[in-house]
Amino acid sequence: MGEGEGDDDIVELNHPPHKGVILFVHDLKELGFGLLSIITALSIVAIIISIAGINPIEAYQALIKGSFGSINGISETFVKATPLIFLGLGITIAFRGGMWNIGGDGQLLLGALGATVIGVYLPSMPPVLHIALSLVGGFIFGALWAAMPGFFKMRRGTNEIVITIMLNYLATFLIAYLVSGPMKDTTQLIPVPQSREIVESAVLPRLIPLTRIHSGFLIALAAVGVVWFILERTVLGYEIKAVGVNTDAARYGGINIFNTGFVVMLLSGGFAGMAGMSEISGVHHYLLDGISPGYGYLAIAVALFGGLNPIGVVFSALFFGALNVGAESMQRAVGVPTATIYLLEGLVVIFVLARHILKRRRRSS
Amino acid sequence: MLYMNGISKRFASVLANDRINFEIREGEVHSLLGENGAGKSTLMNILYGIFQPDEGQITWKGEIIKIQNPNEAITKGIAMVHQHLTLIPIFSVAENFILSRRSTREPFLDLQAAGAAVLKLAQEFNIAIDPWEKVSQLDAGTQQWLEIIRALSRGADLLILDEPTSVLTPQETERLFKTIELLVEKGKSVCFVTHKLQETMRICNRVTILRRGKVVDTVNVCDTNERELARMMVGRDIQFHIDRAPANPNRVVLKVEKVNIQAKNRHQVLKGASLELRGGEILGIAGVAGNGQAELAKALTGLQAIQGGKIVIDGEETSHLSPKQVSQKGVAYIPDQAWKKASFSDFSIEQNSIIRSHWEEPFSKWGVFNRKEISRHAKNLVGGFDIRTTSEQMLAKSLSGGNMQKLVLARELSRTPNLIIAVNPTAGLDVGAKEFIYKTLLGERTKGRAILLISADLDEIMELSDRIAVIYAGEISESIPVNEVNLEEIGYMMAGGKQGHD
Repeated sequence: MGEGEGDDDIVELNHPPHKGVILFVHDLKELGFGLLSIITALSIVAIIISIAGINPIEAYQALIKGSFGSINGISETFVKATPLIFLGLGITIAFRGGMWNIGGDGQLLLGALGATVIGVYLPSMPPVLHIALSLVGGFIFGALWAAMPGFFKMRRGTNEIVITIMLNYLATFLIAYLVSGPMKDTTQLIPVPQSREIVESAVLPRLIPLTRIHSGFLIALAAVGVVWFILERTVLGYEIKAVGVNTDAARYGGINIFNTGFVVMLLSGGFAGMAGMSEISGVHHYLLDGISPGYGYLAIAVALFGGLNPIGVVFSALFFGALNVGAESMQRAVGVPTATIYLLEGLVVIFVLARHILKRRRRSS
Repeated sequence: MLYMNGISKRFASVLANDRINFEIREGEVHSLLGENGAGKSTLMNILYGIFQPDEGQITWKGEIIKIQNPNEAITKGIAMVHQHLTLIPIFSVAENFILSRRSTREPFLDLQAAGAAVLKLAQEFNIAIDPWEKVSQLDAGTQQWLEIIRALSRGADLLILDEPTSVLTPQETERLFKTIELLVEKGKSVCFVTHKLQETMRICNRVTILRRGKVVDTVNVCDTNERELARMMVGRDIQFHIDRAPANPNRVVLKVEKVNIQAKNRHQVLKGASLELRGGEILGIAGVAGNGQAELAKALTGLQAIQGGKIVIDGEETSHLSPKQVSQKGVAYIPDQAWKKASFSDFSIEQNSIIRSHWEEPFSKWGVFNRKEISRHAKNLVGGFDIRTTSEQMLAKSLSGGNMQKLVLARELSRTPNLIIAVNPTAGLDVGAKEFIYKTLLGERTKGRAILLISADLDEIMELSDRIAVIYAGEISESIPVNEVNLEEIGYMMAGGKQGHD
């Protein structure tokens, strides 16, 4: 009576590997559902916009125009999507491994710090080398920041959700302190709280002249391939997924639950750290307070909407990136507040979660 | 004061209660005795309003009633104390006592009065308790007592105690019996649900024996004895003819010496358990579930730490090895509920075919899978064990229970183990799958492998084992060769009787 089902986590979102036709049908179904939830969310928001006395069609036109209507808009969509892909990959690994990493924001900030340190304090060197070093630095800083909650959970059974969230605040304050103290750029005429600029060889090259889209996007795509490979083709990925779906059976299967959880946090934080690196080396070029407008939290929506699947994350990140870019032009053009877009994003996530819960209930009954 | 007439309850294809007649008189302690799955819990859950009977009626204090839910049962004066207590550990005794009752001083709680009430009852029952102590600080016996008096204070006239002694020490059990005696003095009735003979003899007035969903008999305790009760409870009328070659035991594969295991609540789940198993033989461990079998199997496979004693497999001590290390020593393990404890229902059959060897060649090299090898391996298992599926890429959850179990067995045996540990390997399976698994295990025995069969199903134990030992309350008896086994004796031991004692 009342034996706790330890292996049932909050959401169970695993996409088992299918092949051939099964894969195709399965993905079509997933895609169909994704589109359906977007359309439903758009319709609900449209009703709310029209209640506010604005023509929703005009508003959505402005939204699309803003994100896809010009080279600049498209480039901005990709710029926004890039950190979301890295972060979404990190969340994907964490959630599939049963670790609820909510600390993407903090890990991003630490990754940004790592990339800045390597970009600012190392001498000029061949760009490929410098960028590779920055990437490694970002990964390591992010991974170590995530290692803390992983370690505490492993050793003391603390709740990683609480600790990762708390570490987000710590990271914010740490960066604020560094850019207004030890790392502050004092060469400026009027010193502002930001670091010195990274040297030329550490800057990620732009992909299209006169836009902000940078080669970090290509690195993000490569990372997608790496994560997909880890999850689908390696022993590590197998163990991560095993722990995520059924800890009892994983323990039975000779998998060390604690070590796997720790590695999951390292990887998850590392990819989040790469998001920070790409923001510094590709967009800002110096470290400053508030470089993440809550990307770490948005990435949870990205990962869930992407079905916790690395490839799904790419499309999901582009979608959310486009929404955020378009939201600004929608506000400018027809006066719909950007907050409306958060509503839309929230609805999409609710639909995704609702579906998984219903699916699970159907299975258990 | 209670009559349950012709109660039947069917779950899917299983008739859990078959026209049961059961009565309890005022002021008596009535034992409901039976093995696991005899239908005790179903009957009590019907009485407590958790299930509705398919047929039959309940008469309570002279009127026919329908009990829709536990709340109704409580209002009518029927209370149940479950094996797993429903107290809130971080609340104090007094806070737990007033839980789910209305306060006389709403909206405020009247904790003082509750504390005083607890103290008064404690005095009556001669129990030492501090009403302001947290429940988590109390021993299991006192917690149970608190649960009982809480039920009393809600006006219970009939208390159902479901396997109440399973979590208690002998001293706590003795205290529980004193409490029960006092309850009877107060004119309450107690329904004592158990599989233990001694306790039935010790504390109860009458006993109703259930077997396979039917009432065997209701007798006065003073007119019977443990032997007779054991026979009625186990009641085998089927005789086995064991159609197989005699065992040919060789070297000792598994040696368990005086192993102790303490559960988290400091309950001693395994007490100096010892056994020895040789290659080419099957040792059956019979016992009612919850007597330490699960912990024994887990300890042998590295999933459970032991607090004393020694486990030796193939001459090497494995007491403190990890599950992976034990598995690499050639130990196959089919745990209880293998479909969820030893397989991933959301993984494909292919991926399930490599559990416990996914880290080794040929399935992986440098941490990367060799998908061709895995696919070949899965095909071999599916073909070799006649597992019914359309493709090895299907998810494991698409398999039927029998096929799932076959997959686990096939996988475990494919690792050419020296020692096979199987817990309830055929529980819930249909006859065909059962037979297949029996044949396979006997085949492994012929190949000279050592097999430890832990099962709550006595038929299964009798069918397969060369020697049989009984586990009861964490102790394992001496083993008896199967041809010298007296079923009555085994049933007697499973219910706590001492070996060779009359």
